[in-house]
Amino acid sequence: MLLIACPWCGERDELEFHYGGQAHVAHPADPEALSDGEWAEYLFVRDNPKGPFAERWSHAAGCRRWFSVVRHTVTHRILAVQSNHPTAADGTKPVTA
Amino acid sequence: MSHRLPEHPDWLWRTPDPRRSYDVVIVGAGGHGLATAYYLARNHGITNVAVLERGWLAGGNMARNTTIIRSNYLCEESAALYEHSLKLWEVLPQELEYDFLFSQRGVLNLAHTLQDVREGTRRVNANRLGGVDAEWLDTDQVREFCPIVNTSPEVRYPVLGATLQPRAGIAKHDHVAWALARKADEYGVDLIQGCEVTGFLRDGDRVVGVRTSRGPIGAGRVALAAAGHSSVLADLAGLRLPVQSHPLQALVSELLEPVHPTVVMSNHVHVYVSQAHKGELVMGAGVDSYNGYGQRGSFHQIEHQMAAALELFPIFGRAHVLRTWGGIVDVTPDASPIIGPTPVENLYLNCGWGTGGFKATPASGWVYAHTIATGEPHPLNAPFALERFTTGALIDEHGAAAVAH
Repeated sequence: MLLIACPWCGERDELEFHYGGQAHVAHPADPEALSDGEWAEYLFVRDNPKGPFAERWSHAAGCRRWFSVVRHTVTHRILAVQSNHPTAADGTKPVTA
Repeated sequence: MSHRLPEHPDWLWRTPDPRRSYDVVIVGAGGHGLATAYYLARNHGITNVAVLERGWLAGGNMARNTTIIRSNYLCEESAALYEHSLKLWEVLPQELEYDFLFSQRGVLNLAHTLQDVREGTRRVNANRLGGVDAEWLDTDQVREFCPIVNTSPEVRYPVLGATLQPRAGIAKHDHVAWALARKADEYGVDLIQGCEVTGFLRDGDRVVGVRTSRGPIGAGRVALAAAGHSSVLADLAGLRLPVQSHPLQALVSELLEPVHPTVVMSNHVHVYVSQAHKGELVMGAGVDSYNGYGQRGSFHQIEHQMAAALELFPIFGRAHVLRTWGGIVDVTPDASPIIGPTPVENLYLNCGWGTGGFKATPASGWVYAHTIATGEPHPLNAPFALERFTTGALIDEHGAAAVAH
C-alpha cells in the first residue's frame, strides 16, 4: 500500500485517496479548433511511462483536495508531492508549469 | 548412483541464435505472441518467423493469469471474437497434440443487486441471439450448480441469481504456452528468449527491423504482442497509445480436495474463484487504480478480494494463502483490445487486453496472424482498430463485460 503525503493532512494510507491519472493535462484552449485526431489525443491518450510519472491524486476521504505526485512506476517510490495552492504545506510547492 | 538426478527430458523447442532477418518478427513470447506465430505458419504458410522474448517464454501475464476462459460478453463485436476463441480452445488440445487440461466446467457470473439481475438477463439474451451458450439461473439453481456458494439471504449481498455459460471453463496456462511453442517450433519458427527489443530499424517511415540486446534483426513486418509493456515499445517507434498499464494481482491457496465444481465470478463483491486441477483455489479481482510496471500491487486489493471470497464461500474460512503475485495489464479507455496496423508502415499492434487476455489467446493469434499476413484486418478484429478512438466507434466493455475492471 502506498503512503502518500497529502500537502494539507500529512502522510495517509493510499486507501484514503482517489487516483486521477496523468498530471498537467490542460484542457484545449479552443476545442472547436481541434481535428478529430487531436481531440481523441486529448480525450483518450495519456503518457504511460516506465519510470517517474507526474500524476494527480485526490485526498477523497480527507480534505478532498487535488494535488500532484511524482511517483516511480516500477519502484512505486514517491519522488515529490506538488501543489501550487497557497495553503499547501511548506516543502511541497515545487510547482511545475 | 541413487543420488544422481534423472536425465533432463527432451526440450519442447529449440534454442536458436537469431538470424539476420525474418519475414515477420513478433515481439513477446507470451500466449498471444506464440499463438500468432503458430497461426502464421498453420493458416498462412509463413514460417520464416522469430518470436523475441525479453525474459523467458510465457513468463509474463501468461504465467500470472487466473486461466478463465469464457465468451459471454455483451457487445457483439466482443462476443464474436471471444466465441471464435472458445471454439478454437475446443479443438486445440487435439490439434496441438497436447492435453493442456481444458476443462469446460462452466462459469457463473453472480448477481447480487437488481441492477446485476437486469445486466445478467440482458447479457444472457444478447449472448443467445449471438450464438453464445448462456442460461439464467435463479438462487436455487445456483445452489444446485455450485453448492459451496453461500446462497443464504442473510449475507450483506445475497445471491439473487447468476448467468451460466456451460461451455466456459479453465485450462492450464503454462501447458497452453508450451503446446503452442512446440508446434510453432516444429513449423520452423525461431523462439528466442533473453532477447530484449531496444529500438526499431527504420527506412524512412517504414520499420525494417528491430534493435535488440542480441544485435539488430531485420524484419519484413514487426508485430508487437507485449501486453503491459506495449506503451514502452510503441514509444520507441514514436507512437503514443491510448493504454495505461496497471498492476493486477491474484493469489492461490494451498492444495485442497476438489470442492469447487465450476468458476464463480462476482462483480459486486468483486472476486473470481476457481479450483485448479492440482487443487489450489485460484482467486483474482480488480486492478490497482494507479499506473505501475512493478508486477506487484497494494495489499488492500488482496485483503478486499479475500474478504469477498469468504463472503461467498464460508467453507474457505480455514484455507491458507500460499502465494500472491502481480502482473502488468494494459487497459484501454473502452476496456477492449487494439489489434491491427499502426500509422507506422510494417508495424502491427496487438495490445489493450486489460484483465482478460488469456481467454482470447487462440483468437487473438488467429486474427493477428491474418492481419500481419494480409496487411488487412480479419473481419473479427476490424472493429478493434486503433482508429476507433478517433472515429468514436468504441466497443465499450467497461461494466458490460461481465467483470468489473
